[in-house]
Amino acid sequence: MNNSTASRWTALLVPTLAVVLGLLIGAVIMALMGYDPLVGYTAVLDGVIGNSYFFGETLRAVTPLIFSGLAVAFAFRTGLFNIGVEGQYIVGQLAAAYVGVSFDLPPVLHAAMAVLAAMIAAGLYAGIAGWLKARLGVHEVITTIMLNYIALASANYLIRNFLKGPGERTEDILPTASLASTWLSDMFEGARVNWGLLIALGFSLLIYWLLWKTTTGYELRAVGLNPHASEYAGMSVPRNIVLAMVISGALAGAGGAADTLGVYGYMNISAGFSGIGFDGIAVALIGSNNPFGVILGAILFGGLSFGADNMQRVEGIPTESIKIVISIVIYFVAASAIVHWLLGKFRRRQEVQSS
Amino acid sequence: MLGITKRFSGFTANDNINLIVEKGEIHALLGENGAGKSTLMNILFGLYQPDEGEIRIRGEQVKITDPNMANRLGIGMVHQHFMLVDTFTVTENIILGLEPKSGGKINLQAAERQVQELSDRYGLKVDPRAKIKDISVGMQQRVEILKTLYRGAEILIFDEPTAVLTPQEINELMEIMKALVAEGKSIIFITHKLKEIMAICDRVTIIRRGKQIDTVDVAETNTDDLAAKMVGRHVTFEVDKDEAQPQGPVLEIQDLIVAGNRGIDALRGLNLTVRAGEILGVAGIEGNGQSELIEAITGLRKVKSGTITLNGKPIQNQAPRKITESGVGHIPEDRHKRGLVLDYSIGENMVLQTYYKSPFAKRGVMRFNAVYEYARKLIQQFDVRTPSEFTAARALSGGNQQKGIIAREVDRNPDLLIAAQPTRGLDVGAIEFIHKKLIEQRDAGKAVLLLSLELDEILNVSDRIAVIYEGRIVGIVDPKQTNHDELGLMMAGGAKEGLK
Repeated sequence: MNNSTASRWTALLVPTLAVVLGLLIGAVIMALMGYDPLVGYTAVLDGVIGNSYFFGETLRAVTPLIFSGLAVAFAFRTGLFNIGVEGQYIVGQLAAAYVGVSFDLPPVLHAAMAVLAAMIAAGLYAGIAGWLKARLGVHEVITTIMLNYIALASANYLIRNFLKGPGERTEDILPTASLASTWLSDMFEGARVNWGLLIALGFSLLIYWLLWKTTTGYELRAVGLNPHASEYAGMSVPRNIVLAMVISGALAGAGGAADTLGVYGYMNISAGFSGIGFDGIAVALIGSNNPFGVILGAILFGGLSFGADNMQRVEGIPTESIKIVISIVIYFVAASAIVHWLLGKFRRRQEVQSS
Repeated sequence: MLGITKRFSGFTANDNINLIVEKGEIHALLGENGAGKSTLMNILFGLYQPDEGEIRIRGEQVKITDPNMANRLGIGMVHQHFMLVDTFTVTENIILGLEPKSGGKINLQAAERQVQELSDRYGLKVDPRAKIKDISVGMQQRVEILKTLYRGAEILIFDEPTAVLTPQEINELMEIMKALVAEGKSIIFITHKLKEIMAICDRVTIIRRGKQIDTVDVAETNTDDLAAKMVGRHVTFEVDKDEAQPQGPVLEIQDLIVAGNRGIDALRGLNLTVRAGEILGVAGIEGNGQSELIEAITGLRKVKSGTITLNGKPIQNQAPRKITESGVGHIPEDRHKRGLVLDYSIGENMVLQTYYKSPFAKRGVMRFNAVYEYARKLIQQFDVRTPSEFTAARALSGGNQQKGIIAREVDRNPDLLIAAQPTRGLDVGAIEFIHKKLIEQRDAGKAVLLLSLELDEILNVSDRIAVIYEGRIVGIVDPKQTNHDELGLMMAGGAKEGLK
């Protein structure tokens, strides 16, 4: 086995072990709270794959997490920490709702235009943070957090004053802009799983290709890893920082569009954040910032969260216990040194035994 | 240390090594990078356990289990990379972990007195109250020395102590080392600089590829002999080259003014010409504008006024890529910061400037087969020792990283090759290789601009020497008609009209 496949295996092994450890510790905590962990986990699993409606709804919950996870992972690969996925997701929702409500276009084209508008709007919005970093050296963590609140408040203002429909929300989008799929929905007994899922999977592939197979990706990653050497090699560091933020934001915006066009059909005035953007950080982390890892991370994260509701409903075990499991998983992935250390101990013991 | 053997999975880092250090001697440990010097010292310092062999101190067999134990036995290490807290004072750093206490409070006055006494005794001239961040690198090293003395060290290990020092500081360090042995301490001096061994050491143990080659009295040997033992073959220090055949000018710099990092002009009207077929060496003390000069030529730094022309065409203030493509190769002085993307494979690093061109990319899509095929060719041609072209640049030794950069820069076949400190931190074998490559470029009719802080390198490799002082070239001399003293004087500002 050569070095790179060995490290690829470790890259898979660490999150897997983190999940196992998280589930084990979660079980202990459930037991301490007086619940039977086996019953709890069975109920979670039941809530995910118990029937095809649940499974379809799980996939619906996973879809935006793939987008937000991709956005964070992409930024991370290019040396940026995009905490602003939350706000970019809102901008994407708003742009998609606006195009979905206000334009009259043929089917498919209308949906495509709405998604595109969401990606452009969110991309440009994230580009502000990129530009501030590239030109003025303001750290993107600060600016993207600020931009989250600006996005939330501005979206509410714009909906209330310009796009208001019945109740505290926009008008319904026109059916031509919808990403809902009767074919997918029927397959899962009416669950709201939609074309957004396939778009998300497509983007995962696309982002992998962009990062590792194109000259643009070579540049973006080089600038992320070592801006000094990139400058020396003749790459434009500011241009690549802005571009990276724009692409990351566009991915977040596509997630917003998928939810608005595929699940709800409108956009709500909202008192707070949905949390999808922040969850994207965890998803990217669990997925080792790899586009395919992100899919797995989103399934784990979305599956556990969605299944937890069933557990509470059926067994009365609080969903918080699953939140603890998720937190522990994140903790172990983030502190992967601990897992590496455990692995090292294990391997040494094997060596001793075999010699 | 007797019969020390240490194996790491599958390879023997130390093979039956005997190192006997006597009281009051400076004993050099000589070997190339990766020869096993560090492993041996880590065993002595308790970081590794030997697989075979024993350690005796003052005749008594000991088992050193950890660095604290080494300290108790009177073994102290002066690390190459200092282990100091920048915002603490000298005294605070020295007593860290061993604070003298009176009633739960640290007795800083007593500690300061003690540090002062130690400093005076060995002539270290350290101010116990100065903060680490305010003192020079040379002073910081003395704090490291004091740290070991404060802990009662009788045997001091110096791990390549001169690598970070200026020539003056090196002389002062040598005086300190002599004072230490005069007081009965023993010193193990890890180095690959032969001149330093000849200057102050009593005996020298040479190791190569984990094996002890010899232990000799310095008085009975010479640098050629030591080098041959270290590398395993005869090495020439006199760089073997024919007379230069210079032709027309390639790089011409006129009245160049460039601002430094602090806003003050670092280059103040610099004039310089490098001709095809010659190596022009720029000698100078660090911080006289060398870095700014390179950055200005390569487009990494803005030029305030003046002109830089390459083959007659102005290139000042152009984008780095444009300059690179007009025929400039650049071996940067900091290979980790500028020269390599350490987390990229060595293959990916080979196309750092050319990745977007055919055959490495077509219509924006990388052709990695072509990239790695090219990398394999360069790795072979330039003898870069790496497990494969897919290995991360980070995993290579400094010498092989540098060979990789040189391969990349030379193979682009530039009209002007800038080599900034190309051999810093490398061992004799790698240095010889790199000098040979520079001369090959010269003989191929290219212009080579060499900047180095090592006077020997400048004297041996250059065809002409330009001395830089406070942002100007203060004189140009012929290396065959000058010497260290004259150059040293010029570098310190004592200008002289040399031949043009």
